[in-house]
Amino acid sequence: MSNQEESKVTTAEATVTLVKKSHRFSGKSLLSFPYILWMGAFIIIPLIMVVYYGLTSKTSNGFTLENLKLIADPINQRALFLSLKLSLISTLVCLLLAYPLALILKSMKLKSNSFVVLVMILPMWMNFLLRTIAWQNILENNGIINTVLKALNLPTINIINTPTAIVLGMVYNFLPFMILPIYNTLAKVDDNVINAARDLGANSFTTFRKIIFPLSIPGVISGITMVFVPSLTTFVISNILGGSKIVLIGNVIEQQFQKVGNWHAGSGLSLVLMVFILISMAILAKYDKETEGTNVW
Amino acid sequence: MIDNKLIDLINLTKSYGNNVVIDDLNLYIRENEFLTLLGPSGCGKTTTLRIIGGFEQPDQGRVIFDGKDITKLPPNERQLNTVFQKYALFTHMTIAENIAFGLKIKKKSKQYIKDKISYALKLVNLDGFENRMPDSLSGGQQQRIAIARAIVNEPKVLLLDEPLGALDLKLRQDMQYELIRLKNELGITFVYVTHDQEEALTMSDTIMVMNQGYIQQIGSPEKIYNEPKNAFVADFIGESNIINATMVQDRLVNILGTNFPCVDEGFGKIQPVDVVIRPEDIDLVDPEDGIITGRVTSLIFKGVHYEMTVMANGFEWLVHSTDLSPVGAEVGIKVDPYDIQIMNKPESEDEEAVGVNE
Amino acid sequence: MVKKISQKVYVGLVMIFLYAPILVLIVLSFNKSKSRSKWGGFTLDWYKSLFQNEEIMSALYTTLIIAFLSALIATVIGTAASIGINHMRKVPKTILMGITNIPMLNADIVTGISLMLLFVAVNFTLGFKSVLIAHITFNIPYVILSVMPKLKQTNKNTYEAALDLGASPISAFFKVVLPDILPGVFSGFLLAFTMSLDDFIITHFTRGAAVNTLSTKIYAETRKGIKPEMYALSTLLFLSVLILLILINRRNDSIEKKRNSVALAPSK
Repeated sequence: MSNQEESKVTTAEATVTLVKKSHRFSGKSLLSFPYILWMGAFIIIPLIMVVYYGLTSKTSNGFTLENLKLIADPINQRALFLSLKLSLISTLVCLLLAYPLALILKSMKLKSNSFVVLVMILPMWMNFLLRTIAWQNILENNGIINTVLKALNLPTINIINTPTAIVLGMVYNFLPFMILPIYNTLAKVDDNVINAARDLGANSFTTFRKIIFPLSIPGVISGITMVFVPSLTTFVISNILGGSKIVLIGNVIEQQFQKVGNWHAGSGLSLVLMVFILISMAILAKYDKETEGTNVW
Repeated sequence: MIDNKLIDLINLTKSYGNNVVIDDLNLYIRENEFLTLLGPSGCGKTTTLRIIGGFEQPDQGRVIFDGKDITKLPPNERQLNTVFQKYALFTHMTIAENIAFGLKIKKKSKQYIKDKISYALKLVNLDGFENRMPDSLSGGQQQRIAIARAIVNEPKVLLLDEPLGALDLKLRQDMQYELIRLKNELGITFVYVTHDQEEALTMSDTIMVMNQGYIQQIGSPEKIYNEPKNAFVADFIGESNIINATMVQDRLVNILGTNFPCVDEGFGKIQPVDVVIRPEDIDLVDPEDGIITGRVTSLIFKGVHYEMTVMANGFEWLVHSTDLSPVGAEVGIKVDPYDIQIMNKPESEDEEAVGVNE
Repeated sequence: MVKKISQKVYVGLVMIFLYAPILVLIVLSFNKSKSRSKWGGFTLDWYKSLFQNEEIMSALYTTLIIAFLSALIATVIGTAASIGINHMRKVPKTILMGITNIPMLNADIVTGISLMLLFVAVNFTLGFKSVLIAHITFNIPYVILSVMPKLKQTNKNTYEAALDLGASPISAFFKVVLPDILPGVFSGFLLAFTMSLDDFIITHFTRGAAVNTLSTKIYAETRKGIKPEMYALSTLLFLSVLILLILINRRNDSIEKKRNSVALAPSK
């Protein structure tokens, strides 16, 4: 028997034992193996690489915290705080806009949820960069809003290239991601549960406070995450609507990679950003007793 | 029973689009009564209950409760409570919080609420469940919590919308006895909606049979079973032989060409009528002793009795008997006069029963 | 009554907010003036020159191919994974669903950067393939989250019934399970396709210099000014999807009506 054949046999044996071992998972769970491999290779390992890059540097050997310390640099610090501020504001605005809308949509008792989903997803077929650029047209000093205001002899507004315009861009881009999860959880609330609360003596406000809102919390939390995270990390919206003077933390990181070319610094700042995201999620998770990994999408 | 009207429904009408669900319904419910609204799905029974509960507004008519018109009153201001079809427990609250919900809104003291919770849980045989979540309970347990949540508010009337529909047979029977016990212990009025005739017969003081938005008959379970007013009621409550017949004169009816003596009077002479004969009221005797004769065509053992069909005078008679007659046997059919129930033919199409004229 | 009207007004205002920029872009696609901020009269020129513009057409082609392939592959992997996960016990199930949520909850910029670092580390040339892999990666979770709920709804017994009636596991899957979950699979594919089409950030980091999608091309043009053909192209894309959706909706409506009339028939 040649060497080659020998090795073939051992591989075959190995495969057999592998199959036997994994048989514990029963045949069908094997179907998820390609996915597990894929996610391992393209989610887990890349994230480990960010951590590795963030904790090492070109100049020194071994692990270092110097990339993380970059956040203390006044420019970066200001960018981070502005990002936090603007993303918190836009998340709050989205929540305040989306919740009443979701309640109204529920009260309309549409035949299927998919109609709402379609209306919210449809704008995405127009490229989001273009849609954001269109806001320039609307907001500019001689843009659509100001033209209308002038025609009505009203004072004009000057918000393009200000943080206000960036917040507006964030709210515009991410509002559907607040509306959909809230609407989906609200739509699932059984009418008879609401009737039961009324039956037991609760007025509309108490019914909302004690029953409807608590039951919608998973949707609210999912919505907050899906608005807060992209707002916190965006560099595109600030680029288009904020002019060149307003720098968000996303812009700083993007420039480290695409202009400066210091991947270690960029990774380090990304790590800091991830810490903030994780902290905010941990805070949210405290309010969310029972999502159980199920998604409201 | 006290004859005090607690709820009075006057000329209720309700339709969805072109579909008339309730048509000019009048009904009163006495204090302490166990009233069951019985009928097939879509007959208007649940809508009637929801109008009493305040979840639907009637297009026309009034709801009087304890002498006051409450037609426009929202559900939270009505002194009655509902047990919903699929329990409608608050899944984000513990059992104790669920039961305390109505009491907290009424701003009862903490000690009062605590006592009430343990009292109610004992009443429904679930003491010790205070801190469990609704999802961890079985269907029967959830149903009992829903009842406990309603009764702690001491409503004058408890509305129950097919509360046992989602439970399996054994549990349903147990719960039927529990509901009767509860009603006797609490002394409140029950308005109960179901499509299950057995449930209705077991529990009710009064049954209202509904079909297509109309009341078909109101009466005690015995009355409804023994003296159905029309073919629909007869067919819906229990099994029966419903036969086209002609009233020859008082106390004599012609069924399928043969005259049978009966006890009914006042239908006139030579009048077309419907006749109902319950399968257990038919005696199979020797051919020479029967009013008519026929041949046994099928035989099934049902446990407490045999179910047989007998072909006689061109009609297949359904017979329940503890005595067996083999298939193919020649038998005589005998019916006592008071077991023949004579009914007028339905006057309007609205009263026409679904699925009776086979 | 007042409540109803104010509710409708509110929904209307949000809709205007969401769709106003789209209207602006559609108007711009008919604008004779090359400048974004001036109206120079109505023209269809941009729709004509669009098809002669090789750069835009090739970016469109790349965008559509990547959207289609990534959605397709993600649908296959994701559907198989959903079935597998659905059969797992609680702990591995929870872990996997947690990992599935990472790309949805993580910042796009981090996902993009991390993939770029990986590709560069293993000397994988940034280009069409790296973008495709990246898109598949962020698309799979959308498929899983669409298919999972449908799988939970399906009756396990139908699959066993098919086996009992003599079907092989594979044909039982294709004939019984798949038709049941098909709406979920389909909406997962559609969602993945849309997300891929609309992505800029992750493509931006994984594309290298040679490949352009519509997003990266638009981004490059933001400073010097968007070519009007781009507005024309977006308008065409948007309107064709809109018409498609209206047609599908019409069809579903008429199917539903038929069903309802059948369901009502016996009671009359």
